[in-house]
Amino acid sequence: MIRFENICRDFQVGDETVHALRDVNQHIAKGEYASIMGPSGSGKSTLLNVLGLLDTPDSGHYWLDGRDVSQLSDDELAVTRQKVIGFVFQSFHLIQRMTALENVELPMVLAGVVASERRERARAMLSRTGLEDRMNHRPDQLSGGQRQRVAIARSIVMEPKVLLADEPTGNLDSQSGKEVLDILESLHEEGLTLILVTHDPVIGQRSHLHLRMRDGEISAQRKEEASAYAPAG
Amino acid sequence: MHLLDSTGMALTAIARYPLRSSMLLIAIAIGVSAVLVLTSLGEGARRYVTEQFNSMGTHLLMVTPGKNEVGGLGGMAGGLGHSPRPLTLQDAMALRRSVHIDTVTALTIGAGSINFHGTEREVDVLGTTSTQQQLFNYEIVKGRFIPEMEMDNAAALAVVGHTIAAELFGTTEPVGKWVRLGDLRLRVIGVLAQTGQSGGRNMDDTVLVPVAFAMQMYNRESIHRLMIEAVSADAMLSAEKDILAIIKARHRGHDDITVLNQGAILDTFNTIFLVLTSTLGGIAGISLMVAGTLIMNVMLVAVSQRTQEIGLIKALGGRRSQIIRLFLTEAAILSVFGAAVGVFVGQAGISAMRELYPLVDFRAPGWAVAAAVLMAVASGLIFGIMPARRAADLDPVEALAGH
Repeated sequence: MIRFENICRDFQVGDETVHALRDVNQHIAKGEYASIMGPSGSGKSTLLNVLGLLDTPDSGHYWLDGRDVSQLSDDELAVTRQKVIGFVFQSFHLIQRMTALENVELPMVLAGVVASERRERARAMLSRTGLEDRMNHRPDQLSGGQRQRVAIARSIVMEPKVLLADEPTGNLDSQSGKEVLDILESLHEEGLTLILVTHDPVIGQRSHLHLRMRDGEISAQRKEEASAYAPAG
Repeated sequence: MHLLDSTGMALTAIARYPLRSSMLLIAIAIGVSAVLVLTSLGEGARRYVTEQFNSMGTHLLMVTPGKNEVGGLGGMAGGLGHSPRPLTLQDAMALRRSVHIDTVTALTIGAGSINFHGTEREVDVLGTTSTQQQLFNYEIVKGRFIPEMEMDNAAALAVVGHTIAAELFGTTEPVGKWVRLGDLRLRVIGVLAQTGQSGGRNMDDTVLVPVAFAMQMYNRESIHRLMIEAVSADAMLSAEKDILAIIKARHRGHDDITVLNQGAILDTFNTIFLVLTSTLGGIAGISLMVAGTLIMNVMLVAVSQRTQEIGLIKALGGRRSQIIRLFLTEAAILSVFGAAVGVFVGQAGISAMRELYPLVDFRAPGWAVAAAVLMAVASGLIFGIMPARRAADLDPVEALAGH
């Protein structure tokens, strides 16, 4: 699903060059459940941004779903994001002036899906995340856990192949966090490739592929006892 | 993304920031209504002048004694230091020989006091001929106008204005009564309907007498002005030539009269007022440009307030063109609404001016309304492009982080 070949990404901070990603090589299989962990400044966020096509590497090749995406134009990147990748953010990133339903419809609005189909699919996704009775609420009328579930519904409504979750439980209490994680894991069990960034080692331990970032370098470790769940490839 | 969706999203964004949106709306509305109100002033003035001219009949020539040379007062005095030859009643009568001339109205003006049974009143006196009635569309409520007769017939007859009739005679029937005008006695033969201002004087306060009578009374040789109707609009030039030729022959080869062509005067006025109206509209149009810079400012604020939203749209697959479209739609909606409000307010202002000055037909010309609306929308789009591009060029990572 995802293959990094000698990916480098540098940032210029003042006079200093920060190597956020140093020659990263990594393979993440289709249907994988991976976690990215590491201290702040280790390059986690950069890795996630590059994975999510929000940022482009300075050198190296990134193969996503069998296609080299490292040299695409902005618009090609946008379309690829739309079709292949779903995002879940720590701070939800819901549009305050829109209802839960409208927020979930947004990716389909951008994709030009007709209104009636849009509404139906958005409703189905909100039901899937347990928000049947909150569809017409605005984000400020929802709890943190509910907001994140709206965001998850939005992230999967375009039926992506990879779901990128950046600290999805970081702003939630433990109960809501657990509910959100349950939903994400159930999506993985249905075949979605799930990659989450977390600080929380307990959550990290639940994934099957542990990616540790340190000084722009990656080290991978497979969770042995979970390997039975991890599909091959 | 469908048009309906981008419009819907822009509308919710506009509604989300009511103060900012309404300020922008007001700025555009002021610009548009300023264009409407100012151009309606120019257009109203033009219509007023045109109407005044047209009320005097259409193919009209005005003849005054003395050559009015271009370029100074010397000409007004009739040439090199000698006063102009009088334009006499005989001159006027001679003009009727021209086949291109339909009617000749001779006018002389003065003032005096009119007296009836000891009631005395200061009045304007207008020496005229029967042809004036048709020229100015005067209506008679009692009796008749100055009758058709030879121009040099100084019959002691008077037609009195509406106010004079009311104040001098009260309930007495004025027609047939003898009055004294200065030292002379004359008989009232008719009363004018309420007329108001016409040809530069208040007709309700005027006594009309035969032109020959007035000239005797004031001991004048020269009439003030001739108003000559050509037989048709096409005959105007021939009539003008004939007038100059006939008078020149009668004045021993001197070209000492001035002929003004009403059509030419009207054309000049039309041009002047059109330039005036366009200038006023242009000045008001500048306020639309100012509104345009405000649109740019407001949209830039909108972009920075919604940085995260823009980042999100990018993450969700929004293309550059879609983001530009979202912000341009917002600017377009605001400027279209602003223009609509401006047209409404401007028309209301024009209606108010009509109430205040019913004499003038204030009306914003169609081209000015169209230009104001187009300019408002165009400035919305032109000044909206830069902020929209700025939004589209945001780096998605930075934007999501809210930087």
